Amino acid sequence: MPNLSYLKALNRAIGDEMERDPAVCVLGEDIGVAVTYATAGLLRRFGRDRVLDTPISEQAFTSFATGAAMAGMRPLIEFQIPALLFLVFEQIANQAHKFSLMTGGQTRVPVTYLLPGSGSRDSWAGQHSDHPYSLFAHVGVKTVVPATASDAYGLLVTAIRDDDPVVVFAPSGALASRENIDFDALAPVPLGSGRVHRSGTDVTVVAVGHLVHDALAVADDLAGSVSVEVFDPRSLYPFDWQGLAASLERTGRLVVVDDSNRTCGIGAEIVATAAEEMRLTAPPRRVTRPDGAVLPFARELDLACQPTRGQLRAAVEKAVGV
Amino acid sequence: MTAADLYRTVALIRGFEQRAVELVRTGVISGGIHPCTGQEAVAAGTCAALRPDDVITSTHRGHGHVLAKGADPARMMAELAGRTTGLNQARGGSMHAADFGAGVLGANAIVGAAVPIATGAAWAMRQQGSDRVALAYFGDGAVSQGVVLETFNLAALWRVPVVLVCENNGFATSMRPADTMAGSVLGRAAAFGIPASAVDGMDPQAVLDATAEAADRARSGGGPTLLECVTFRFDAHHTWEHTARPRYRTDDEVAAGRARDPLEIQGARIPAATRAAIDAETAALLDEAVRFALDSPHPDPAGALDHLYATGMRPRAGAL
Repeated sequence: MPNLSYLKALNRAIGDEMERDPAVCVLGEDIGVAVTYATAGLLRRFGRDRVLDTPISEQAFTSFATGAAMAGMRPLIEFQIPALLFLVFEQIANQAHKFSLMTGGQTRVPVTYLLPGSGSRDSWAGQHSDHPYSLFAHVGVKTVVPATASDAYGLLVTAIRDDDPVVVFAPSGALASRENIDFDALAPVPLGSGRVHRSGTDVTVVAVGHLVHDALAVADDLAGSVSVEVFDPRSLYPFDWQGLAASLERTGRLVVVDDSNRTCGIGAEIVATAAEEMRLTAPPRRVTRPDGAVLPFARELDLACQPTRGQLRAAVEKAVGV
Repeated sequence: MTAADLYRTVALIRGFEQRAVELVRTGVISGGIHPCTGQEAVAAGTCAALRPDDVITSTHRGHGHVLAKGADPARMMAELAGRTTGLNQARGGSMHAADFGAGVLGANAIVGAAVPIATGAAWAMRQQGSDRVALAYFGDGAVSQGVVLETFNLAALWRVPVVLVCENNGFATSMRPADTMAGSVLGRAAAFGIPASAVDGMDPQAVLDATAEAADRARSGGGPTLLECVTFRFDAHHTWEHTARPRYRTDDEVAAGRARDPLEIQGARIPAATRAAIDAETAALLDEAVRFALDSPHPDPAGALDHLYATGMRPRAGAL
């Protein structure tokens, strides 16, 4: 069975969709040579009319894509660095996202924003290490954070086909992951459908993106003493609240591990919703980046700001009262 | 486009704005509007040079553009009045008026923000093999927005069929170009190798002629053109100004600006009887537009977030 890498899954998803739908086009910086690999081979296959290497003008080409979408295209924009989303927050949150409502449903803006390398890459320092998915969920932009290669493929395909703007965060911590999977088994994954990677009865760990792999490792570690269910929401907005509620029916205890800042992070929303609406037999716990974190340069300092397996293990033990 | 047709568009916009201001003052239109009184020649002249299947993006001061491109005045008035029959089903209002059927991809409340949107649409239409063009309106204040200058670069680099129309009305809210702009509007175009010219933005025919040339260039693969339409805003930046009464221009200045009224300039080019007939026809049309707006239903609050997602996805409620 082929061993599919996460990056190759992204690359395959874009290529397959471009093949399937001539309206799909790709814009971004250095995508012709595929600096991130996600766009490898696309220029040769589809030509410069559909694979546009852009000047370093993020604000212009992001709204350019909005206009192209209104005129019938399905652009995908690749951003090499997650912090560029701060630069184009106006163009996504205040323009692309708002056009459907503001026009009374006259238009749709099917643009996909792909971040192949979000979050910390060790020592890329303050302006290259953000993981701003919570901001997009907050404003209501569809927000996807795949953890595995097959989900990366399936969610990116769905994002490209979706009639609304969708941001796809591919965590740098997951890019190197691989999966043994038959290419014929690759399929679209619906937004708002979570995935239980491991069943358990004592506690539900909701893990976002690459932290799914950490949660599975912690669950393995604790297997003798605690039965951990690992729930991967896969898309943060829309969120699979029903899936989470079903998991909490089984476990009654909740720990969230989320690589965004604590205040107003997605972890806060998951805990709040569970507290309001779901079965909890113990206080829920969160493991996140610190409040207002800016990732420092030195590797030890960088790592000190990210959720760790040790923190997650401690939170799980606290939740179950071990 | 005949001289009478151009006059009709100017008169329609003028009359529409007068009625809209009245409806703001009587509380029918909430939120206020940015009237374009005095600037009608730009809207009328530019749109007269476009085809029905060409597209535009507009600004916060966009009533004239939207009407000149062919939107129904009654549905436009209903939109301003927040009625379900409005162009945007009362979801957009004055600053976001859009009519995709007429090629209006939306007025935009962020200064300069729609320039890349028009440019992207123009690029897409060319990709699809058509010779349609897009036209982006923006004010003198927008030429200091980074996204606008980035877009000039993209449009010129990729020879995008877009016409860039700067409506220079002399005031970015209260600030004069001399106080906000280093260099000049035309100088910005020159920096990107974009052909550009200044146009008398009070003369509908002059605007039409310049736009026709620019649209031809775009259609024939010649890329973008920038037109600086020098015009004058007769009225307030926003109807709110009548309350706060900021002073940023003199009465003499306003009187001098008003002396070159596009309604009079274009009106003088047609026979008096024709003009009178158009005035009467326009007044009747606009009276009907106001009546239509006032008779139209208010929206149901339960549908406040209808259309939030093109896919029909429903958001969670804010309270349990």
